[in-house]
Formats: sequence, C-alpha cells, structure tokens
Amino acid sequence: MVATDTPATDLRDRRSTRIPAKRRGSGVNTRREMVAGYAFLSPWLIGFMVITAIPMLYSFYLSFTNWDLISNAGQYVGFRNYVRMFTQDPAFWNSVRTTVTYAVVATPLKLAVALGVAMLLSRPRRGVGTARALFYLPSLLGGSVALALVWQALFSRAGAINAFLAWFGITGKPWVNDPQYVMGTIVLLGVWQFGAPMVIFLAGLKQIPRELYEAASVDGAGSWRQFRHITLPSLSPVIFFNLVLETIHSFQIFTSAYVIGGGQGGPVDATKVYTLYLYLTGFGESRIGYASALAWVFLLAVGLLTVVFFRTGRFWVHYSDGDER
Amino acid sequence: MTAVLPRPVAAPSRAGGPARSRSVGGTVLRTVLVLGLLALVLYPLAWLLAASLKPNDEVASNLSLLPHAPTLDNYVRGWTGMQTISFARFYVNSTVIALGVVVANCVSCLVTAYAFARLRFPLRGMWFAVMIATLLLPHHVLIVPQFVLFKFLGWIDTPLPLIVPKAVATEAFFVFLMVQFMRSIPRELDQAAKVDGCSPFGIFWYVVMPLARPAVVTTAIFSFIWTWNDFFSQLIYLNSPDHYTVPIGLRLFVGGEGQTELGPMFAMSMLSLVPVFLFFLAFQRLLVEGINTEGLKG
Repeated sequence: MVATDTPATDLRDRRSTRIPAKRRGSGVNTRREMVAGYAFLSPWLIGFMVITAIPMLYSFYLSFTNWDLISNAGQYVGFRNYVRMFTQDPAFWNSVRTTVTYAVVATPLKLAVALGVAMLLSRPRRGVGTARALFYLPSLLGGSVALALVWQALFSRAGAINAFLAWFGITGKPWVNDPQYVMGTIVLLGVWQFGAPMVIFLAGLKQIPRELYEAASVDGAGSWRQFRHITLPSLSPVIFFNLVLETIHSFQIFTSAYVIGGGQGGPVDATKVYTLYLYLTGFGESRIGYASALAWVFLLAVGLLTVVFFRTGRFWVHYSDGDER
Repeated sequence: MTAVLPRPVAAPSRAGGPARSRSVGGTVLRTVLVLGLLALVLYPLAWLLAASLKPNDEVASNLSLLPHAPTLDNYVRGWTGMQTISFARFYVNSTVIALGVVVANCVSCLVTAYAFARLRFPLRGMWFAVMIATLLLPHHVLIVPQFVLFKFLGWIDTPLPLIVPKAVATEAFFVFLMVQFMRSIPRELDQAAKVDGCSPFGIFWYVVMPLARPAVVTTAIFSFIWTWNDFFSQLIYLNSPDHYTVPIGLRLFVGGEGQTELGPMFAMSMLSLVPVFLFFLAFQRLLVEGINTEGLKG
C-alpha cells in the first residue's frame, strides 16, 4: 500500500493541527457514531430477535408441551418428550444411528479425497486451473434435488453402476432399494462434493514453505515421510477447519436422504436421518412439541460436538505463528 | 492470506507439495490420474445430459452415454408439465424467490457489516460474537418455531417466509464475509471523508459501499445458487403446486411405482442446473478462489 502512504501522513498532519476543534466535538461525534452504529445494526438486531432468538426460546418452551398444531391446546408435559425420546422411541435412535453413520463415514472420506486431489493439483501446471474448477463444480450442483434423482437412477438395479460392475463379472445389487447399501450411495453423493474442502486445502498447501520440503529431501526423507512430517502438521489448522465445518454440515444432511429415500426415509427407515425424522414428526404428523424437543437435542449435540472438537484440537493442531485463524 | 476475493492470487511460485518429482514418468502418471478422476467426477453430469436426450424407453435400457435416437421431446414434454401446471411456472417461482433473496441479502448484510466493521458502539464485540455463533446454528432447529410464526402471520404458501428473513440479515455467513472484506478497505479513506464532513451514513454510501462491490457480487452469486438449490425450507413453506419451485416441482415427476416419467424428469433436472452452471462459467475464478478460503482469514 505504498500509494496511500502520502495521503495518510498528510491526513495525520491535518488532524494534529486541528486538535482543539476536534476535542470539542468529539463527544458529539462518538454519540453520533453510536446512534449510527445501532441504526446500521438494527436490521440484524431485529432479525436476530424475531427470527432467531425468540423462536429459539419459543421452541424450548414448545419442547415441554404436547402441541400438535391441530388440537389448538398444547399442554405442559414436563420432560415427557425428552424421556420418551431416549427411552421409548426406537425411531429416534434409528435416526441418530443413520446420521452418525453418515457423518462418521462421509466426512473423513470426503476430506481424504479432497486432500488427495488438492495435492495432485497443488503446483501450477497447464490446465490445473480448469481441473480445479471442474472438481469444484459438484459442490455447486450436488446439493440439488436433480443430482439426488440422478444418483437414484445410477445406483438402481438396472442402473449404470451395475452395468459397469457387470463388465468385471460382478452382479450388482439394487443399491438404493437395499437398506444395507442405500446409505452408502448417499455417502458417495456427499463425497462427490469434495470440491469445497479441496479448494480450502489448496489455499493451505500454498502456505507451506518450499524450503521445508527441500531440506527434508536433502536429509533423505521420502515422499511419504515428507507428507507425514511436513504436509500434515503444517496443514493441521486447515484440516481442523474443514473437519469442524464438514462434520457439522454432514449432521444436517437432508435433501439427498429425502429424495433417495422416497420422502419417507425408506427402504425400511434406512435413510431416515435426524433432520428427516424431525421434518416428518413436525410437518408430516404435526407433532410440534415432540419435534421441538428433537430440535433441541440436535442443537445440544451439535454444540457439544463443536466444544469437543475445539478441546481435542489443541492436541493435534499446530499453529505456526498465528497468521491463520 | 490478506488478499480479498476476486483479486488474482499471486503466482504460487512456492506452492506446496513434496519436492518436485523431476521424472517424466511421474508427470505422466499424475496427468493420467487427474484426467481419470475428472472423468469419474463428471460422469454423473454427462449421464444426466445423455439421459435427458434419450427417448423415455431408452433411459432405462440404453446405458451408453450416447443416445441411439437423440430427441428434445423430453424437454418439450417436461416443460409443458404434468397435470395442469407448466414447468415454466416453477422456473418463474424459483427465479422470483432467488432474486428476492439476492437483493435482501446484499442490502441487509452490507448495512450490518458496515456497523460491525466500521462503527464504534457499545456492546459491539458481544453482538459480533452472537452473530458468529448463529453462523454455526443448524437452521433445522429453528424451522418449527419459525413455521409457527409464519403461520400466525398467514405467510404459509407464499414466498415471504423464504425472502423476508433474509432482509434482516439472518444469513450470518454473508455478514461475516462482508465484514472481512470491509476490514481490508483502508481506514484512511473513512478518515478523509470524515474530515471532509461526511456523516457515518455518507461514509457508507460514498466510500465503503462502492468499494465493497466485489463482496456484494460474491454474496449475490452464492445467495442465488444456494436459494436455487434449496429444498428443505421450500418444501416446508410452499404447499400448493401453483407456488412450487423447481426443486419441489421436480419431485412431481416421481410417481408411484413404475409411473415415473424418467425422460422428462431428467430433462427438467438438466434445466434446473442450467442457471447454476451459467454462474459457474461466468464466475469460475471467483467461485473457486473466493468464498471457500474466506473462512480462513481473520
């Protein structure tokens, strides 16, 4: 910012000569700025109150009622919703299991693919820019209903995946209709969208000084040891960032499970992930009270998970000199 | 990482990765690997394009990417729609909502970000922390009480619940993005304007807003794409076919067992991706370099 240097000093000079005048008005100025501050903040403040905070408290209250939207009289039922959820609701535990399975399988897989491809594309070569963009494309499209429909067709009994397997003499399965495999197809749809974390990895890789590798190479470290002892530690803040983001993201999976599971979480509830169960409870059966309790458990779980991440992150995330985050 | 969104990233002469493998074999292997992966990743999209051009009976039977008898019939039939509603209707509804969200997000997030990035007022730090916290808040948690609220207001089955909340800066991600961007605008400009007698509003209007244009563009593009692809909230708030959007409308093609009209469904699926794809072509660099690395700054 060499260009702005001169006007800046110029300005400082001007200010210093005007100190008396400024001092007199400064009280008025800060008050004016305060008023302006809250004026500019007011849309967000209103939004936060009306759209976020009050509904949150309201849903906390609702979670202790048995309101069902239809009979307009929700009654206070104490902790009954929560007790029932944990002790008498197999559908709740099923949704927890499907969601956690998805998150635990899809997130590391997605990040591993993202990192692998990022490393392939990290150095500038001809066409690398285009390749990056094309790998990123699924991240823009993958969350849509259209792609979920495509996935359903690709993994159906007579779909392209089975035709491909048949070349190798493998008899495929009706993947999307088999409760054992359907979640696997949804995981693949998630992994397919690895472009977003890949771009973040690329930015991180660019920050690692070349000299580290050169020094290691002189010392006789092979590429695996370079990866293990230079790339991974240097990249750990970025890995951490991606891990937190993608995990929280994967817990909220909805569209693909909804579409591939035919809107009901089928076959045999295998795709009834947590948000889908919440949706079906709240909007399918209109059990607003119970759905609110589900929502709060979800919120607490995600919050707890975030805390756990940040606590454990201290043990394996290395910040070089605090230039990131 | 102080570079802001669309500014070309400095030539990464010291890019990472293990010390260069000088062998020609390594380079060839790498190229083949990248091309193979690209083919794998792009296959579903190619498959969709092919399926949309195949006659209905060929979609299931012909697994090759090349249709035997390519036809645009699927597009015609899909567009004229099922039942009584044209797919054009869904397209219009989606466009109206997406554009509404774009305007609402850009204006409200710009105003909010200016307050956070530039103005001093009591509790600013606290409010900023609250705003960041809402960034991580899963929006499914709020959907039930919000639904009750909008039902009370009589907004169900209108685009209002999908647009109005954005007009009050509830999309914290974009507020954060704009705050980060505004922090990179030299403060000397504000000071100069102040000395020249500009009010905080004047500084916003004449200095910060024009300079924040790149962040506004990014916000606009992602607002559009995310709203266009959004399914969850549209599914909840829109319930008469007249008001359906593209993602909800696509689901109409999925009939009961075996009734699904595959050809038209995939033709309309293809069409539903076109706006996003056009944005991708036009703003490739901005999309790839810009938004995703944003979270790493600051």
